[in-house]
Amino acid sequence: MRYEMVVGLEVHIELSTESKMFCDCSAKFGGEANTHVCPVCLGMPGVLPVPNKKAIDYAMRASLALNCQIAPFTKFDRKNYHYPDMPKDYQISQYDKPIGSNGYVVIRTDKGDRRIGIRRLHMEEDTGKSLHEGVAAGSLLDFNRAGVPLIEIVSEPDIRTAEEARLYLQKIRTIMLYTGVSDVKMEEGSMRCDANISLRPEGSSEFGTLVEIKNMNSFRSVQRALEYEAARQQSVLESGGRIVRETRHWDEGRGVTFSSRSKEEAHDYRYFPDPDLVPLEINQEWVDEVRRALPELPDQRFRRYVEEYNLPAYDARVLVEDLALAGFFDEAVAAGANPKAASNWIMVDLQGLLKGEGKSISEVKIKPSHLTQLIDLIEKATISGKIAKDVLVEVCFTGKDPESVVKEKGLVQITDESALIKAAEEVLAANPGPVEDYRKGKKNAIGFLVGQLMKATRGKANPGLANDILRKLLDGSV
Amino acid sequence: MSISAGEVRHVAELARMALSDHEVEELSAQLSRILDHMETLRELPTDDVEPTAHVLPIRNVWRQDTVGESLPPDAALANAPERRGNYFLVPKIVER
Repeated sequence: MRYEMVVGLEVHIELSTESKMFCDCSAKFGGEANTHVCPVCLGMPGVLPVPNKKAIDYAMRASLALNCQIAPFTKFDRKNYHYPDMPKDYQISQYDKPIGSNGYVVIRTDKGDRRIGIRRLHMEEDTGKSLHEGVAAGSLLDFNRAGVPLIEIVSEPDIRTAEEARLYLQKIRTIMLYTGVSDVKMEEGSMRCDANISLRPEGSSEFGTLVEIKNMNSFRSVQRALEYEAARQQSVLESGGRIVRETRHWDEGRGVTFSSRSKEEAHDYRYFPDPDLVPLEINQEWVDEVRRALPELPDQRFRRYVEEYNLPAYDARVLVEDLALAGFFDEAVAAGANPKAASNWIMVDLQGLLKGEGKSISEVKIKPSHLTQLIDLIEKATISGKIAKDVLVEVCFTGKDPESVVKEKGLVQITDESALIKAAEEVLAANPGPVEDYRKGKKNAIGFLVGQLMKATRGKANPGLANDILRKLLDGSV
Repeated sequence: MSISAGEVRHVAELARMALSDHEVEELSAQLSRILDHMETLRELPTDDVEPTAHVLPIRNVWRQDTVGESLPPDAALANAPERRGNYFLVPKIVER
């Protein structure tokens, strides 16, 4: 029997606010242990949590960017469970009235566009961090992260392959980057993912028994963990066994999932409305205000690049997925660059250079206006495309504008016929073989001669002019 | 409505409470009486009543996103059962 996986993902994202969700401690990542803590986030008795307005606005912005509806009435609830990294013994979260619901994102798969539903988006607070390694006496706790604002985005079980799971996560990440609500760094834990996975016979509409997978620390580990878990469940089913509803942890090193928390303990959270926090009423005016502040989102930008600038879909996607690169492109175009030329330069030469140097666009000195100027120099035939590649490298490292580089290095293209004729004559004299071939009718031998002439002028000859002059000399019409 | 000894033990476990057999018996009787009272309340017609999210008629209380002062680590750790440097030290947390 062929099986298909049914996957839903729960994504936690830390919001980039200055202060925590319910107190005014710093929400900054890191810091010396237990220096961003106060009675509220340490869960001391008698304290009063007060929500961070910006975190609420960010949760709304994220909801709208994911096509969610905003709840006109929402509230905070206590999720009760014991864990040492959570000092209150409950987490403030949202249970039955999440701030956002019924959204979706579109991912692009080999089989075309797929819409993945978003069931809900709710606000909550992060837990502290525990350290176990290398400590014999016990575990160490740092509560700097406790109370940092989080949103949890819960997808519908619409994902059918491990690849789709990865694409979905990448899409969520890109959208969050665009909205600016989070820096979404998986390596720093500001974006985290748990998965719910079950198997069912292909074509069936029933759902199998669900297993939750935790501890996946990269897009790749999500993909690997789902592939592993689907294979494990399939072999259990094929040998006549039954899937146990449980939570399993992904072991990156061994490449396996293993059973963790016992099921009686899990999912018995006894939620109730937090009496310390009053409900939120969100009117249309507030929603509209947040919506107006939404920046252009990845899908809109993609459409603009393809429809207005006629960029190939692949190029548009590469640009859109890199916020800094897309911003660079937009600025170059705004400064007057031809969009297609700008995209080509960014996609090929600039990306190649950045990859080679292991740097991001903000770490090299080229500015968008430099690219515009470079393209202009080519279009005006001041320099050849080949020379422009060298100029680009120079600009990236020195931050000088292309015109100055061209002037300083004497790279201006030779467009003066008389200056080229002498060099062309020398090339012909030095290459009797190809000259003979050409004259015997092998007209494409001229390609080699043009190359030699370009070399002799160190790339400064205008290639079209070089071609013309050689042809005229060879045909004896000069 | 009665609540079984097993349910009492389960709730006690969730609340990290150690109960003697005698206490389990006593509590199951007491909790059953509380639930009976709830059953009585349930007889009231509440179809037209919105569920109460909060007893106070107040909405939309928040603070602006500004950073204030945190506790000095010694104060933060003053009640720690044990500390190592600026960390709280607790019994080993064991997964699985």
